[in-house]
Amino acid sequence: MSSVHVLPYTVSPRQDTGLFNAKLGIWLFLGSEVMLFGGLFSAYILLRMGAPNWPMGSTILSIPIGTFNTIVLITSSVTMVMAWVSLKLQELKKFRMYLGLTILLALTFLMVKAFEYGAKFSIHYHEYFPALFNLAVHRLAGGIAAMALVPKCILGFFFLWAVWSLAQVAFKDFSRFVRTAILLISVIAFIGIILTLFELGNRHSHHNFPPSYSTYMAIYFTLTGLHGLHVLGGIIVNGYFWGPGRRMWLDQPERFTNRIEVAGLYWHFVDLVWIFLFPVLYLL
Amino acid sequence: MTSDHNAHHPKVGFWRQYVFNTDHKMIGLWYGITALFFLFFGFCLVMLMRWQLAYPGVALPVIGKWFGESRMPDGVMLPELYNQLGAMHGTIMVFMGIVPLAVGAYGNVLIPLMIGAPDMAFPKINLASYWAYFIGGVIMLASFFVPGGAAAAGWTSYAPLAVISTMGQTMWIIGMVFLITSSLLGAVNFLTTIIQMRAPGLTFMKLPFFVWAQFITAFLLLLAFPPLEAAAVMQLMDRVAHTSFFMPSGLMVSGQPLQISGGGSVLLWQHLFWFLAHPEVYVLILPAMGIVSEIIANNSRKPLWGYKAMVFSLIFLGFMSFIVWAHHMYITGMGTGISSFFQATTMIISIPSVIILTALFLSLWGGSIRFNTPMLFALAFLPMFGIGGLTGLPLGLSTPDIHLHDTYYVIGHFHYIVAPGTIFALFAGIYYWYPKLTGRKMNEFLGHLHFWPTLVCMNFLFMPMLIQGLAGVSRRLYDGGMEYSHAQGVMHLNGVMSYAAWIMALFQIPFIINILLSLKGGEKVNDNPWGSTTLEWATATPPPHGNFAFDPKVYRGPYEYSVPGASVDYTPQYQEKVI
Amino acid sequence: MSNAPADVHDVKKEVRGYMIVFGSLAFLTILTVLISRLHFGLVGNVAIALLIATFKASLVACFFMHLISERTLIYFLLIFTLGNLFFLFGLLLWGYGDILMGARFVS
Repeated sequence: MSSVHVLPYTVSPRQDTGLFNAKLGIWLFLGSEVMLFGGLFSAYILLRMGAPNWPMGSTILSIPIGTFNTIVLITSSVTMVMAWVSLKLQELKKFRMYLGLTILLALTFLMVKAFEYGAKFSIHYHEYFPALFNLAVHRLAGGIAAMALVPKCILGFFFLWAVWSLAQVAFKDFSRFVRTAILLISVIAFIGIILTLFELGNRHSHHNFPPSYSTYMAIYFTLTGLHGLHVLGGIIVNGYFWGPGRRMWLDQPERFTNRIEVAGLYWHFVDLVWIFLFPVLYLL
Repeated sequence: MTSDHNAHHPKVGFWRQYVFNTDHKMIGLWYGITALFFLFFGFCLVMLMRWQLAYPGVALPVIGKWFGESRMPDGVMLPELYNQLGAMHGTIMVFMGIVPLAVGAYGNVLIPLMIGAPDMAFPKINLASYWAYFIGGVIMLASFFVPGGAAAAGWTSYAPLAVISTMGQTMWIIGMVFLITSSLLGAVNFLTTIIQMRAPGLTFMKLPFFVWAQFITAFLLLLAFPPLEAAAVMQLMDRVAHTSFFMPSGLMVSGQPLQISGGGSVLLWQHLFWFLAHPEVYVLILPAMGIVSEIIANNSRKPLWGYKAMVFSLIFLGFMSFIVWAHHMYITGMGTGISSFFQATTMIISIPSVIILTALFLSLWGGSIRFNTPMLFALAFLPMFGIGGLTGLPLGLSTPDIHLHDTYYVIGHFHYIVAPGTIFALFAGIYYWYPKLTGRKMNEFLGHLHFWPTLVCMNFLFMPMLIQGLAGVSRRLYDGGMEYSHAQGVMHLNGVMSYAAWIMALFQIPFIINILLSLKGGEKVNDNPWGSTTLEWATATPPPHGNFAFDPKVYRGPYEYSVPGASVDYTPQYQEKVI
Repeated sequence: MSNAPADVHDVKKEVRGYMIVFGSLAFLTILTVLISRLHFGLVGNVAIALLIATFKASLVACFFMHLISERTLIYFLLIFTLGNLFFLFGLLLWGYGDILMGARFVS
């Protein structure tokens, strides 16, 4: 009910702080997120120090897959900032291409994570989930393979839909260089997924490593799970700006650019957390 | 933003007005009404507990039958129910009562008004934060009705007991996640609004002390809540996925070893919980200090004494509150080094509180004091908070704490601060700002009828707790210490306290009647009935959408009362010249 | 509002800057993986990995998040938050290490 014309500093910055409202807001929120992941990291440190033996990440997780995911996320950070640059240069088509790439890469990250998670559960799912939920799922989906398959299918669907939408946008009037680059990135992402499909690098296909297996698995699933939820949140927000939200560009272009900058700040933070998660969980 | 604009505002439908309204005053009002309901509910829980404490093992007359066989067979309270009542009383009062009222209601309604802004910086996020609170509250209430009942491991939910508890604990965790989300969204909103949307001329050192208090409170909420959210997620994993974040190896439950990996740390939960919960108690008191400051300055017709010292004390308090938390953990086996550290910081943090309290006392000196109902509550706050704060000192020192930890002394200490402390300030604020929202003053006779008995009952309810605690009566005992020989000398006080609680409940009725009747029958007043200098009184009554009919500019400090040479005893902040 | 100029030539320089950062991040990722194969003892490995991670994080923060040209208010907020975080870590670890004489941890 309060329109932007009434609330000051939604678009132009306030003189003494040099910030517009949403930018201050997102940095405050990121401060709280630092404390959230910090709390989990402090738990990691304490649990590791108290453990008589702590597995090396490389013995349980696949480092090539983790490295691939790290590169995917870093690339998505670049495409995110390029999306904002495109808006500053008033190029809406390029903005949609770059933001679309960001979403695509984020979906790739989640799909790879879904396969990584799935690789930890090969048999005996029953002990993991509460009885009622397990029964329902069992009846509906007939077993553990379906459990892992459902999120993979959902993500795969979104991935293909994103590629198709992107193709509609990107291949209209872009240079050959850009079209080749997009094709290459998609192909690399796809290969990465195929690799995880065959679970190359997964050395424990016959064992079961649920979160309850050890404190290492517990903190691994919790840290990457919470991070994954943040990635999902970013996908939803970026998806909104790629789709129905982009209407704001037509009548309030500066405000829309600011929103993308703020979304970008959130996204870079998500990348930042992973930059710490990857060595801590996979390499140490 | 002008009143013309608002006069032509079309009537909005039910959903826009009562469910999806983004106006900060409406949202603040929703927070206030919901929080008052939860405060009442939490008080009812403790009135039930007080029956069991006064008459252990005796059937509760009349209403005892309503609780069913699993909770109160033949009207006699089971220990399981007592523990649920205790845990939920704490949770509901702190997270669903005081914080939403002191921060969500008071902050939302008053901050934009006091800084000359048309609304909060993020109105839609404001709306989301209320509904997150509401949903969290509903989940908490619903937890009473699941098999096994509500959470019963204390509001502190220590592992491993909380991990092996019944389903109510899981609902507690999920409810907490919603409540934390609500607070985080609110904190971002408050901070951005106060920093970005102050009227021209309103520098930080001209802000009303209330706004400063809310500002620091928002910082505490922003940075202290997330580690508890992390811990709550981990406890949820422990409960649902059978991880061992907080479960040590070799735990036996009912003679059987638990089928978990073990390797977890019980202390980890305590550290992460108290990392929030200590700043949380400052969240409970700071807005109250803000409210009391406004009322005292206004009703003594002179500026606050030592405004700068009070502000710097607030800032210092905010910083320090993050590094004192382990004084709740002195007897967990911490070594002397770290105990000394936390003891030192705890002693240091008492200094800013004393400065603020002293400044408020000194503000009264030489004033023309008006003893209306808000002022009575505000004045009573001062010695009551003083008792509460002073009783914290032996708890903050690690050695006496060995004797006093987990006794009724602790309960007496924090209730003195929150009940005749914060709640009195919140009552004061309701009486004080009621005319701004309704255009009518509340009835003074009913106000006195509310105030005096409540003050007396508060002391009869909480002073004996300090005495029982010194005698060594432990907290969370469902028979009130009946079984212990060292407690026998103070057992009779249980009856005194219970009657004090029940009588106090009776004398809240004049308050409720006052609020409702004054809506239509209260003395009609103008826009600034108390003759106040701050910006919220410059709006129409009630403030319309967009708040101000003019673009406010601020020319002077917030407490320019009795300015020499002025013809009136108050000179508003937004008035350019002294008249 | 914006820290990047709207002028085309300056934007090209900004974009080059982003690409350089991207390249550095990719390189540092590979580097951190390769170094982890060498063994410097637990403390050494942790120190090196965290050092590289911190440097990568600073690159993302300073250039992608424009922190290098941000206003003082944001710096204050971040410094306070990080200080708070380090107090949490530090005091937690101190509490773990400093226990009463004769006391032992159960697990």
